[in-house]
Amino acid sequence: MTEGALEGIKILDLTHYIAGPYCTKILADFGADVLKVERPGLGDSARQMGPFYQDDPHLEKSGLFLFLNTNKQSITLDLETATGGNIVRKLVEEADVLVENFAPGVMDKLGLGYDVLEKINPRLIMVSISNFGQSGPYRDYKAEDIVEYAMSGLMYVIGNYDREPVKHGGTAAQFTAGEVAAITVLMALNVQQDSGQGDYIDVSIQEAVTAPQYTLLMPYVYSGGVKRRSLKGGGDLTQNNAIATKDGYVVPSITNMEWSLLALSLELTEELDNSKFDTPAARVLNGEELDDIIHKRFLEKTKADLFHETQAFGSSFGIVMSTEDLLNCPQLAEREFFPEVDHPFTGSLKYPGAPFKMPEGGWQKGRAPLLGEHNREIFIDRLGYSQEDLVKFRELGIS
Amino acid sequence: MGKLPLEGIRIIDLTKVYAGPYASLLLASMGAEVIKIEPSTSADTVRGTGLSLGVPDNKPAGNFWNQSANFNATNRSKKALALDLRGGRGKELFKELVKTSDVVMENFTPRVMRNFGLEYEVLEAINPRIVMLSSCGYGATGPYSNYRAMGMSMEGAIGLINITGYEDVPPIRATVAYTDFQAGRWGAIALLLGLQNRRRTGKGQHIDLAQYECGAWWVGPDLMDYSMNGRIQGRMGNKHAYRVPQGCYRCSGDDKWVTISVGTDEEWVGLCETMGKPSLAEDQRFADPINRRNHHDELDVIIGEWTSQHDQYEVMHLLQARGVASGPVLTNKGVLTDPHLKNRGFWEKITSPEEATNVGTRVYPKMPWISKKSPTPLSTPAPTMGQHNQEVLTGILGLTEDEVVALEADGTISNSLADVPIPVNPPVETLIERGMIQEYDPDFMKVLGLK
Repeated sequence: MTEGALEGIKILDLTHYIAGPYCTKILADFGADVLKVERPGLGDSARQMGPFYQDDPHLEKSGLFLFLNTNKQSITLDLETATGGNIVRKLVEEADVLVENFAPGVMDKLGLGYDVLEKINPRLIMVSISNFGQSGPYRDYKAEDIVEYAMSGLMYVIGNYDREPVKHGGTAAQFTAGEVAAITVLMALNVQQDSGQGDYIDVSIQEAVTAPQYTLLMPYVYSGGVKRRSLKGGGDLTQNNAIATKDGYVVPSITNMEWSLLALSLELTEELDNSKFDTPAARVLNGEELDDIIHKRFLEKTKADLFHETQAFGSSFGIVMSTEDLLNCPQLAEREFFPEVDHPFTGSLKYPGAPFKMPEGGWQKGRAPLLGEHNREIFIDRLGYSQEDLVKFRELGIS
Repeated sequence: MGKLPLEGIRIIDLTKVYAGPYASLLLASMGAEVIKIEPSTSADTVRGTGLSLGVPDNKPAGNFWNQSANFNATNRSKKALALDLRGGRGKELFKELVKTSDVVMENFTPRVMRNFGLEYEVLEAINPRIVMLSSCGYGATGPYSNYRAMGMSMEGAIGLINITGYEDVPPIRATVAYTDFQAGRWGAIALLLGLQNRRRTGKGQHIDLAQYECGAWWVGPDLMDYSMNGRIQGRMGNKHAYRVPQGCYRCSGDDKWVTISVGTDEEWVGLCETMGKPSLAEDQRFADPINRRNHHDELDVIIGEWTSQHDQYEVMHLLQARGVASGPVLTNKGVLTDPHLKNRGFWEKITSPEEATNVGTRVYPKMPWISKKSPTPLSTPAPTMGQHNQEVLTGILGLTEDEVVALEADGTISNSLADVPIPVNPPVETLIERGMIQEYDPDFMKVLGLK
């Protein structure tokens, strides 16, 4: 394996939970030297969140934490103590990047605001991720994924017409912001490497989700249309519910051009050769009848049948993959997407691997650190403290 | 102001629809020079599809390909060259451009670039420093490598919608493009990393990005659960594994909703008191998160009774004052008029060239970051078809004006979609009737401060 593209880039990671750790995971997985600072005792809050290995709620067995913190080092440090603050400022001297996702204002209170850190290290790139950004009337408002979804406009158009809007499953808003934050770090590195100039970058989760919603926003900006969730059943196979097959669901996606071929592929030529179904408008008008015909045929086929057969006529149905389907998918297997990663507390497990294939400087396999695993290495070898100091740090709750 | 982060980087962008173009938009906003190459006879698909409500006043004009709202949003700050890559002269010009560029990006199925004779090995021989990104649904290798994919099918394939939707009905997807933009962010990450690697080694390379794979990172925790425990996560609507109650509740007004998410006992008390039901906090059914989870549906009814008496914003402000996470479910109009995003300067007004009939000045979202030292400049408007043919061919490749005229005459380059009928959009009344939109707002230009 070659070195990662970010080999030698030093990142001081003051993040916790999902969005921040996901950002630094992306950078660590491509070779950056990420030092994660966790609170003494319990560490990153994600260590206390499931799923847990064999359902054992242990700080070293959270699947959420293990996934989000691969390839990082961990030290424990209480940032609210004077010594903790001093050590962070010391680490900032040598860091290229600092990423944090505390509530706005917390870093300033800790004496770790950008204005302070910039003086210590003018090359520093500091990225702050927060729910609503570092300014504006909602700056101090609380949020969860569901709130970010709601306030990005996206949630309003997911769900059935007459029911309550629903969010995407999981924590997609957090992931979106983590990706954006990683992009901003990679962007700012160019300036730092060219001119030695640092930067402070403010990433709002709400804005990260909203920013690319062009197909949602533009209908209002160009035509005054307020988009809504779709009526159930549409007949043109662009409806929003996935469709049941013999063994699961598929998401059809079909253009007008592919329509006659669809009938052929489903062996429904006779049933669908009808003026009721020959234009998109007619299909919408007679949607319920059409849905009945098609849905019945779908129930006779497996999701894999439909996936492969529709490719042959130029369409692109998607299988609604469960996690089990993904872990057993022949495509992902051939591309070795699920490497085994070893860990002292869980043994070897399959993890989601390289997000893309880059032959030089690409994705690196590695595991998440144990809580404070690198205390000795960082405090003694790098910062010059003694073993006795480490004992004192522990007794005083500093580390 | 200093240099922009990617100033001096030239990107040749063959991508279409959203995933690739969003990646190049992010890079263009950082100062890269993006030359978007579209087929001279068919253009980027988005110039001619999704035009329902996606052109000024829902009325496509004779040059509708310059009017597409989704195109104009996704292709800001780029240059457009409409070039036929099938012909010999087109290929030659493309190769000349590759010589002077840093990045080539494409999102065809893998066979297409080979059919053009423009695969990585050919480009590498011309310019070994080229970083090439090929992004497609399932990746360049493996049994599905030549399978087509669209955003809506990928929403299923990446495992996202198996966990999305109500508990009692099939999985559900968004009515808007969504996963494409995730792939776009990953395309930008991949190229920025490729450029970082080139700084270290001086060498270019070919990156193979499958939306299937980067997309599956979003279900990473659930994949870990299957890997660790053999458990398959299902749909839980708007509920949360350990934050209770969490949900989406009806408010006063037509189809108005608010979200609420309670994380701690203190927040629970805050919610009860805000609802004017302090005794609820003493109710044994809801005493702790486990009991609240067991009685979540009962609780949802009680909360819904309260929210339905109030405006969605009022609920948010009341609950946030007590430290409870809450926010209104905003429509597209709601997002565009929200005071917070306005206060943050999240929107930019951009004026399209006159060739984009009736587009004029519109509002677009800015990039989702605020940089203190390298602020993103205002975007330049998305190019009309072939707008920069002349500039690219004479300015970068040194062709004479006569040669450009000859290329126009033989169809190697163009600036319009000849012989394509003007699409007919269903009128807004029909869209409302079919439930495709909630309402038509005749005052939208005034609301957006455009008139």
